[in-house]
Amino acid sequence: MAITMFILFVVATLVITFLSAKKNTGSSAYFAAGRSITAWQNGLAVAGDYMSAASFLGIAGMIACFGFDGFMYSVGFLVAYLTVLYVVAEPLRNSGKYTMADVLAYRLKPRPVRAMASLNTLCVSLFYMIAQMVGAGVLIQKLMHDVPFMQETIGYNLSVCGVGVMMIIYVVFGGMLATTWVQIIKAILLISGSLFLSVLVMRKFDFSLVQFFDAVTQIKMTAADGQQVVRNFLDPGMKFKNPWESVSLGAALLFGTAGLPHILIRFYTVPDAKTARSSVVWAMWIIGGFYILTTFFGFGAAALLGPDTTSLNPNMSAPMLAQLLGGEFFFAFICAVAFATILAVVAGLTISASTSFAHDFYSNVIHHGKEPRPGTEVKVARITAFAIGALSILLAILLGPKVNVAFLVGLAFAVAASANLPAIIFSVFWKRFNTTGALFGLGGGLFASIGLILLSPVGLLGKEGAWFPLENPGIVSIPLGFLFAIIGTLIGGREANAEAKFDELSVRSHTGLGAEKASSH
Amino acid sequence: MNPTSEPNWSAIASMPEFQALLKAKRRFVIPSCVFFTLYYLTFLILVGWHADLLSKPLLGKVNGAYLFALSQFFMTWIMAYVYMFKANQFDKAAAALLKKAGY
Repeated sequence: MAITMFILFVVATLVITFLSAKKNTGSSAYFAAGRSITAWQNGLAVAGDYMSAASFLGIAGMIACFGFDGFMYSVGFLVAYLTVLYVVAEPLRNSGKYTMADVLAYRLKPRPVRAMASLNTLCVSLFYMIAQMVGAGVLIQKLMHDVPFMQETIGYNLSVCGVGVMMIIYVVFGGMLATTWVQIIKAILLISGSLFLSVLVMRKFDFSLVQFFDAVTQIKMTAADGQQVVRNFLDPGMKFKNPWESVSLGAALLFGTAGLPHILIRFYTVPDAKTARSSVVWAMWIIGGFYILTTFFGFGAAALLGPDTTSLNPNMSAPMLAQLLGGEFFFAFICAVAFATILAVVAGLTISASTSFAHDFYSNVIHHGKEPRPGTEVKVARITAFAIGALSILLAILLGPKVNVAFLVGLAFAVAASANLPAIIFSVFWKRFNTTGALFGLGGGLFASIGLILLSPVGLLGKEGAWFPLENPGIVSIPLGFLFAIIGTLIGGREANAEAKFDELSVRSHTGLGAEKASSH
Repeated sequence: MNPTSEPNWSAIASMPEFQALLKAKRRFVIPSCVFFTLYYLTFLILVGWHADLLSKPLLGKVNGAYLFALSQFFMTWIMAYVYMFKANQFDKAAAALLKKAGY
């Protein structure tokens, strides 16, 4: 059953890819969907890019096992969009072309800045992507439990390869237009699936919030010492024992979203800054609505399945809840939705990484800002998408099904917040900011965040040997990223060209004069 | 606007209308960012260090922690609408000054 639904989704999206492939003429069409996406479409696509497997399977599982502390992820993921809306969306759309580096390269020396920004984009995308691929591998392996060989390593490897090949097809042939439509379909499926699941949960409680929260505040579970206890799942503190841990994670979420390359490039697919702005608000409604629903299917899984059951396999809490309440058919549907979610997010990540490589590194760093021949940029992007796909398949297989998925996603957010955000903010708002500052900020933030994670309890040294006490480095690495950018700027001295072009960037980003227009079809 | 001729950026940048726009934006965006960051940070700090305060049931069995979390959603949506409203005003000011500058 589940397999039939997978195939249905795959066929539908392949048709879209085929149709968009015919429309893909030229760079603007391939990289930015011809800047023809409307506000609600882009809102759905941003939401689709954002609500990854970590959101759907991960948060549901975390609430089902740890109650309120899991719900804190839901809160942070939404509030983060205020940073995107207030600080980055409009300047980015007004002064860039295809990538985040376009804004940085505006008044700074383009080649070193683009090279560094491109490296950061590749790092963030790759961490994020491997997390999704591992999730997909485990999910498919679980679903096909009746196929004998799928339970072994070969099953996991096959699943990872399958997802990898699909996303390569979407991105290589369909470009941004196909990727956007895959996102939109997936977002609609995900919202309707979670809405239906929530309705089924509430039906169990006669649609009474009082009964629902009554059940959530007294959940029977087995404590660590084997005793049967009753817990209030609305009480904080079941997961985060160290308060600094949740503050650090919160900071990484709040400031990381505005530095995630696969979210930022979405603002280039719309006609202007006004549309970019309303698409963020659309996305905030969709994402917020979805995360409020995690109340019902997250706490609902805790109340109806019980933490003793969900903790055996936290990531399968939502699908298992669907099985309990809606039978095999709904279980298959929810699994197919989770699969679609992963596939779409992975495709979005691949296109942001390959766009950055082709546009920033190939055209601007190697070829000094000019395509050698028209069409080569798109060709390079396609080859890169293929290479990144192959690389992430390989890495996901090497890391294996046991790697901690939340750890990889946390890494991506921390790198985005510490390395990308300082450079974006300073280049738009600080006149003296210069090339050295950007390189220090981008490089130092990258180094600090990855370094601290490697030294943390989830890093190389293990729980006992860790030098840095927190799993998420945000609270230290984000200020460090800003500090590096400031120190670099002071060391670099005055950069006449960067300051001279500040007026231009400022006028562009605040008025939209001279912004990239939608291409006419 | 003629797309081949480069606009005179510094002339626009030095217009008093543009400076006023920047100032108005700054006066709105910075306090707003401080507000939502503090609102969210207060939540993290209370949950982390004063969970006892938030554990009291306030609305039936629902405790302060969940209600505070829920209020973050509404705060976010309200702030989004405040931004939309202000941004429309800024758009009008920007369009007016570009028109005056001849673009």
